[in-house]
Amino acid sequence: MTLSMLYGEPRVVTVGAQVLGEALDRQAVPRCEVDWRPPLPGTSAALARVLADPRREGANATAVGRMLSARPMLTGVRPARAVLGLRAGEFFHAGPPVTWERASGPMRGALAGAMLFEGLAATPEEAEDRLASGAGISLDPCHHHRTVGPMAGVVSPSMWMLEVTDAEHGGTAYCSLNEGLGKVLRYGAYGPEVIGRLRWMGEVLGPVLAAALERCGPLDLRTLIAQALQMGDELHNRNRAATSLLVREIAPAIVEAAPDRAAEVLRFINGNDHFFLNAGMAAAKVSADAARGVPGSSLVVAMARNGTDFGIQVSGLGDRWFTGPAGVPDGLYLGGYGPDDANPDIGDSTITETAGLGGFAMAAAPAIVRFVGGEVSDAVAATTSMYEITMAEHPAYQIPGLGFRGTPAGIDVALVARTGSLPVVNTGIAGRIAGTGQVGAGLVSPPAEAFTAALDALADA
Amino acid sequence: MNDLVEVRPGVYRDSVTLMRVSRALTGQPGVTVAVVAMATELNTALARDLGFAVPPATPGDLLVAVRASSPAELEDAAAELERQLAARAPASGTRDEAPPRTTRSAARAFEATLALVSVPGEHAFAEALDAVEAGLSVMIFSDNVPVEQEILLKDRARAKGVLVMGPDCGTAVVGGAGLGFANVLRPGPVGVVAASGTGAQQVTSLLDLAGVGVSHVLGVGGRDLSAEVGGRSAVQALRALDEDPATELIVLVSKPPAPEVARAVRDLDLATPVVAALLGPGQDDLTTAAEKVLRALGRDVPEWPSWPAPVTPAARPPAPHGADAAGEGVAARRGPLRGLYAGGTLCAEAALVAGDGEFTDFGDDSYTRGRAHPMIDPALRLEALRGVASGVVLMDVVLGHGADPDPSSWLAPAVREAVARGVDVVVALVGTDGDPQGLRAQAARLNEAGAVVFTSNAAAARHARLLAGG
Repeated sequence: MTLSMLYGEPRVVTVGAQVLGEALDRQAVPRCEVDWRPPLPGTSAALARVLADPRREGANATAVGRMLSARPMLTGVRPARAVLGLRAGEFFHAGPPVTWERASGPMRGALAGAMLFEGLAATPEEAEDRLASGAGISLDPCHHHRTVGPMAGVVSPSMWMLEVTDAEHGGTAYCSLNEGLGKVLRYGAYGPEVIGRLRWMGEVLGPVLAAALERCGPLDLRTLIAQALQMGDELHNRNRAATSLLVREIAPAIVEAAPDRAAEVLRFINGNDHFFLNAGMAAAKVSADAARGVPGSSLVVAMARNGTDFGIQVSGLGDRWFTGPAGVPDGLYLGGYGPDDANPDIGDSTITETAGLGGFAMAAAPAIVRFVGGEVSDAVAATTSMYEITMAEHPAYQIPGLGFRGTPAGIDVALVARTGSLPVVNTGIAGRIAGTGQVGAGLVSPPAEAFTAALDALADA
Repeated sequence: MNDLVEVRPGVYRDSVTLMRVSRALTGQPGVTVAVVAMATELNTALARDLGFAVPPATPGDLLVAVRASSPAELEDAAAELERQLAARAPASGTRDEAPPRTTRSAARAFEATLALVSVPGEHAFAEALDAVEAGLSVMIFSDNVPVEQEILLKDRARAKGVLVMGPDCGTAVVGGAGLGFANVLRPGPVGVVAASGTGAQQVTSLLDLAGVGVSHVLGVGGRDLSAEVGGRSAVQALRALDEDPATELIVLVSKPPAPEVARAVRDLDLATPVVAALLGPGQDDLTTAAEKVLRALGRDVPEWPSWPAPVTPAARPPAPHGADAAGEGVAARRGPLRGLYAGGTLCAEAALVAGDGEFTDFGDDSYTRGRAHPMIDPALRLEALRGVASGVVLMDVVLGHGADPDPSSWLAPAVREAVARGVDVVVALVGTDGDPQGLRAQAARLNEAGAVVFTSNAAAARHARLLAGG
């Protein structure tokens, strides 16, 4: 056996006692010192078992390889009733499973709004009463149905859904249409303007987009996201470039498909910098789903919050959720709102971070660095710290400011436990009182226990 | 009381570094107690026992507890603490890039040829596995690593064509770089495969004193040649050295291996001659093994340097003389023999040679859990030396990179006190003329303090036996 270390100039990675590293310095041996710290408390035994699993290295390579090779295409816009089989009284919601009793203000508000939108209640009070009684009502996470939804993420039968197909692996994922900012259902608002907008989206926006997409053919979201990253988006809290690119691609087809409605549709999309967010989420979802179900893999395939719990799912652990309490985001507030008005973290939009976007791509978005501390260097630090807990660098999603390095992608539960570094998540902040709407945006830290619980389960798997 | 008690969340430093910080603070004027340690249950309990009001903390936090005689002195100590904690060497890599947090990410960012792992044993597996998966050979200095993890690492390493040195591998020299506790050895024709760190240091230091250098010293860990581990790394290392054109002769340093392992090693059918230095009853001692190597290379065997007891110290009876000091003129005191060792193999060798006496290996796992190796932290050994009232004390002092920068600075005063109590002190000083501590300067200072000093551990043990009347 030829042992290569015997022949080159020694270059050493040192981890542990500083005195041994310094001994190498005195011999002028080049070295790289690891900034090692003990793993999250109580994880040593589980870590050893998970790391020793002979399947792990190959399983993780397979899982993250599938996530990174996914080619999400926007293929259609269709009613939830038709594509997801939703019936009256059935609702999907963001995050891990939650009951009405445990649901937070914005989740309750969004569900009540969806009842009003579907004509299942005449007043918010009646809607809440019926939801509380549970009669004829069924709640289920979006994630259980190849779907994601921002903030409350409530999906009801009459909503129109973006359909994204993975041209590489054949999966499909769905996400609702973005309503815009301010008083909107996903932030728990349910006033008449919210319901009116949802009706217009169902009657005009959805069908027009569907017809336009049929004309122009599927849109390559992988390419569009890659371009948007180079134009200063991180695809979670900033979607201005991606929305602009989307409009540029689809506007002629909208005009051709619905000349009478084109102006109002385009005006609506142009008035909402976050219009692309939902398409990006569906793209991230279909990519993450491609990585599901690889036995022995410690790759995180979903991070999602329901306003009460923060939950994750892991490739090697099927559809099980591992949860901890959702934290209150730290961020900037709109108008007169402040931290006391904030609801704990909510929404499936953390699927963007799961796929290597959002907070993980913060270094691509210097325009919104105030969310992470104010300096561009903070944004760079946020992104670079995520390379420590991810398995790979995205081959297509690159960050110009980091020398076109791929974004950190593919969270490894074991690396989270080893480094104690939790995923950096960018997010909007919902008002805690049902009906309020958005109060701000910022950063949130997931609960460590979701990751340690998943690690324990992997150790037993 | 002037107490400073602080818990710094998420601040980590390794135990050796913190021991140095604590030591530096304790040396500050007016400081009566200083505990700077990770806030483990043990350390927080210790601080509370000392009367500090320690707030709740987790083992991932840094605990600082300092007591001084006056507020001004406490303030000075606090400033010194900041200076010490800030003294951390900057990691390599560009300035604005955060240092890597795992061996895995370091191996991606830095083109390395091997990794050196010395984190606490329960965490060593993850870092070592990172190295192996990245295609790097790895030296695991850490002890207290479970044997099943060792076997798994070695099997994965073999599949990747890399070598696992350790766990509990104290020394290695690879391509001229001394890793762990490493003597400064001249380059030369001898390749060493060692299941014993201090054993390898003794053999290679003696060879160096005789003018013969090494190609590489590949440690394999103390358990490698056991039946359980089956010589997994030793076999790989022997094959690798056999292929190495710079290696003309291989020395295998180990305790006698399990019979089936010995067979496997014999069956390797190497082209390069192998001299076995297998320490055990009925086997050659390490010095004899080194001499065999010299003869196999056609070199002369020199007289191993030693420093006989000084003639003049007050209140001392005539002391032993002689160039090799192996016995001539020794006046036996007929007292109990105590061996206080830092090196496990040196301890075992001394016990074998001396035959009788009470030997303690302070480098044993049971002494190092939660504290630094005695080659770095002399506290336990010093305490033991101070507790000896009569008879003969035999100790090892190992020089080289990684070891204490000036062992005679703390040992010489303790030796002087022991000698004044009527105790005979014999020191086996393992080192080379290239070692940063200065072999001859260290020997001279210990000798002036009243110790008899040998560069051959076996010679030291024989001398101690004679002194003890054995």
